[in-house]
Amino acid sequence: MPRYLRNLIIGLVVIAVLYGLDFVFQAGLINPYYTRILMLCGISITLAVSLNLINGFTGQFSIGHAGFMAVGAYSSAYFSINYGMNIANSMGGGKLGWVIALLLTTLVGAAVAGLAGLAVGIPSLRLRGDYLAIVTLGFGQIIVVFLNNIEAVGGARGYSGIPIVKSFFWIFLIAVLTIVIVYNIVNSAFGRALISIREDELAAEAMGVNTTRYKVMAFVISSAMAGAGGVLLAHFDGYLNPKSFEFIKSFEILIMIILGGLGSIVGSVIGAIVLTILPESLRGFAEYRMVIYSLLLIILMITRPQGLLGSADAFKGLRKRLRRLTEGPSGTASSPTQSETSIGGENPR
Amino acid sequence: MKRILIASILIAGLLAACNPQAGGGDKVRIGVFMSTTGTTANFGISSVNGIKMAADEINAAGGINGKQVELLVQDDRSDASEAATIVTKFVTQDQVHAIIGEVASSRSIAAAPIAQNAKIPMLTPSSTNPEVTKKGDFIFRSCFIDPYQGAAIAQFAAKTLGAKTAVIMIDRKNDYSTGLGKFITETFTKMGGKMVATQSYQEGDQDFNAQLTSLKGANPEVIFVPGYYNDVGLIAKQARDKGITVPLIGGDGWDSEQLYKIGGTALNGSYFTNHYSPFDTEPKVQKFVNDYKSRYNSTPDALAATAYDAANIMFDAIKRSKSLSGPDIRDALAATNAFPGVTGTVTFNQQHDAVKPIVMIEIKDGGTYAVRERVNVESSAVAANQ
Amino acid sequence: MSTFLQQLINGISLGAIYSLIALGYTMVYGVLKLINFAHGDVYMVGAFMGYYLANGLGARGAQMLGMSADGFVARGLLGGGTLEPSLITALVVMLLAMAICAAIGVVIERLAYRPVRKYSRLTALITAIGVSLLLENGGQVVFGAEPKFFPELFRKRNIDLVSGASINSADVVVLIIALALMIALQLIVYRTKTGRAMRAVSFNLQSAKLMGINTDRIIAFTFALGSALAAAAGVLVAIRIPRIDPLMGILVGLKAFVAAVLGGIGNIPGAMLGGLLIGITETMVVGYLSPTYKDAVAFAILILILLFRPSGLLGTVAQEKV
Repeated sequence: MPRYLRNLIIGLVVIAVLYGLDFVFQAGLINPYYTRILMLCGISITLAVSLNLINGFTGQFSIGHAGFMAVGAYSSAYFSINYGMNIANSMGGGKLGWVIALLLTTLVGAAVAGLAGLAVGIPSLRLRGDYLAIVTLGFGQIIVVFLNNIEAVGGARGYSGIPIVKSFFWIFLIAVLTIVIVYNIVNSAFGRALISIREDELAAEAMGVNTTRYKVMAFVISSAMAGAGGVLLAHFDGYLNPKSFEFIKSFEILIMIILGGLGSIVGSVIGAIVLTILPESLRGFAEYRMVIYSLLLIILMITRPQGLLGSADAFKGLRKRLRRLTEGPSGTASSPTQSETSIGGENPR
Repeated sequence: MKRILIASILIAGLLAACNPQAGGGDKVRIGVFMSTTGTTANFGISSVNGIKMAADEINAAGGINGKQVELLVQDDRSDASEAATIVTKFVTQDQVHAIIGEVASSRSIAAAPIAQNAKIPMLTPSSTNPEVTKKGDFIFRSCFIDPYQGAAIAQFAAKTLGAKTAVIMIDRKNDYSTGLGKFITETFTKMGGKMVATQSYQEGDQDFNAQLTSLKGANPEVIFVPGYYNDVGLIAKQARDKGITVPLIGGDGWDSEQLYKIGGTALNGSYFTNHYSPFDTEPKVQKFVNDYKSRYNSTPDALAATAYDAANIMFDAIKRSKSLSGPDIRDALAATNAFPGVTGTVTFNQQHDAVKPIVMIEIKDGGTYAVRERVNVESSAVAANQ
Repeated sequence: MSTFLQQLINGISLGAIYSLIALGYTMVYGVLKLINFAHGDVYMVGAFMGYYLANGLGARGAQMLGMSADGFVARGLLGGGTLEPSLITALVVMLLAMAICAAIGVVIERLAYRPVRKYSRLTALITAIGVSLLLENGGQVVFGAEPKFFPELFRKRNIDLVSGASINSADVVVLIIALALMIALQLIVYRTKTGRAMRAVSFNLQSAKLMGINTDRIIAFTFALGSALAAAAGVLVAIRIPRIDPLMGILVGLKAFVAAVLGGIGNIPGAMLGGLLIGITETMVVGYLSPTYKDAVAFAILILILLFRPSGLLGTVAQEKV
């Protein structure tokens, strides 16, 4: 079976599954509380996987992700309130109108966030390690300060009146898209360049890899996807406040991918899910919740810094099995090898 | 693959741990969501104290129509998304009959649509942003709103104190402060006063010297400071240190035992609007203050008082309500007429906001409050409800 | 003109605090190449330690130690409750807080940072974030989330200067003590054997070990020193502005780090210079431009400095070796 046909069928199956699940949830068969948690997981997955592209696969330590979320969230919110409603209604108020409006607003959010990523990335990505971390942190903070002062989006009072869209299908469609995009990037020549940058940037540069260009590209893609996550957040509760995008938020997502394992997509998914559900389970411990959280982080770093899944990609096993299914035992194998990240290993520099 | 399996088991376990709180039973279940940790922790703690005290009192007196009141108190970490999640849990898993919360308007706004959708009445004791009750008819508010409070403050300055020029120091990071500040400025200007300078700071700042130095040059007759007490105390102190002697005027965010502790004599002769004064000699107020003091070892601030009243208003409505269903409680709440609270008599208007008097308090030496005036806001002064 | 002078003075007072904290950052980074995110929170702990000490370890502390309220601790230390406000008391409180935080710094290093030293810097950085979160949230649980009011340790007076500007006696004290501490630090690092060992470790950990230096002990000492300075900053700030809360260290810590980078990370006079510059710039922006962008100032400076002169103002440009 030709590759593209196989991928198309998988895609359709996934969409059908999502649609079916969405129907189940809409029908209220499952407690809305659990539905809410699941949808929040979906958003977290989008954010975590997108961050992993830049932190895990490219090895650039960025902790300003919340800033791009905010940019995406606010720009799409502005679009939805001022243009989206008109678009939705102009199509006769039917479902098609809504879908188009939603599509547009997500594109707007992602695009603006991607642009922000470009603006931040170009100057910052010259820096290494700790410095990059602090600069991205700084940019994230600056974005929040600006949002606090822009009256058109509510400033410190927050932005309310965003049309609420709590769609399981939409959220998980974006999540799946994010995973697919990152997966495809990682397993392509582009991805190999990124990994080479992670492993040894100087050597990569010496081998002719235009490191700055690749880093910026990865950064832009990562921020665009973070922006998409922000769009989902904005339309989830219909209300935005700059306070929700301070650096603590960036840390939360960072912890998700650390827990899951920096170079692992599956790891990020698992990390995102675990760390979205964990605060809910710990509700009984209210006061001590954050204390437990921080202790866990420290212990995790001391005992298993490569996270749950390390940088092994469990997808590998799945892919091999799928290939055998569709191509037969004589199919061509071309799975790239993944090396251990430098987390947990001696840093020669 | 094995690791994925382990992780899946972990996730399943965590999901299972998301239990609803306490079994159902024959009780009146009221969900309370407040910020008991995070940046506005002290406000949340005061409010919860007030609500708990009201609940214990009514339970000791036999409950509501014989049923005991059960409070489900949850902390939202001063985060709007948390607040929304908690309220979702309240109206689904926990099956509460009514909700009380939150202090900060941003969190009330985030949670209100959820309560409205689920047709469970929600009563906020102290969110002052007009947006909150616009979310639907199940959302109530038992305190006055910013346009009203702002007008009262400006009117006092312009008419009673006769000030023609003023400056205003706004907390940019705080929706309460920016909102209130906007209405103060509007009304003051409408009454013929001139706002010669606007300065701002951010909640949590320690150092206001730069702003105060600028303000001093503008030479105003009064300084409006519609912020929270912990910043106001410092601002007052630093202002006096700089030689600024004009009175400061603020809103209910000033109210706390800590205010005078932080600001000290720098606050003498300054004013703020409030829902009540703990020094009010009315017997009902004194009883509340004494009970609170003996239980919690501190003087109740306005948040504790409004929360206490909110709880009692809710209990009263549930008592009058035909049943424990959301719509019936909502109707009973809407019908509340001249409910005698420690923070004044409460009646709900069409928008389900409370109509109640505002007091203007003057701070006297030693930290005692004198009720300078019970403000009647001229209707022309109230800014249009945004 | 007087406004400008006043703002300048305001800026220098603020800058002195940033400098003190920046020193700790710069030292630890120089020795370990680690950005100790938790440093700002040690500053917060220092302020709280000062608070509890100043309130008379007396009843509460004695209870915690299991002694009667009239015990040695209560009476001997600070008269248990009411104390004579004076400069000496302030100094005693500060020195005690410094000692306590030095110990805390050593403990943090031993428990959280040493085990991850063998891993990459990323891991260490994340551990630092974890410790920072732990201190903040732990502080909220242990100290209580509401802000506390720091007692007045000595009477403050306004001293009038030229052309209408004035300076507060508290600011003067802060400046003098900060300066004294910085000079002391310079002496330690450049005139003592331990200081020489510290500098050796910051050049190359492995070679220092080969030279017979007990690197673990030196690193612990560095942490102790840095934490003590942070604690001093905490107490001094609390004297100037008497409100403290468990989250006060976050932003201040970040800005102090920016100050360290501005001056050249690893460079001690650089940290002092950086702190002053950030303090003055921030105050000027607030006074003349707009207070709303105050927090953005430090980060904007950081970005500019990293773009145009990453080694900092006083730092030496390091060549990248393969």
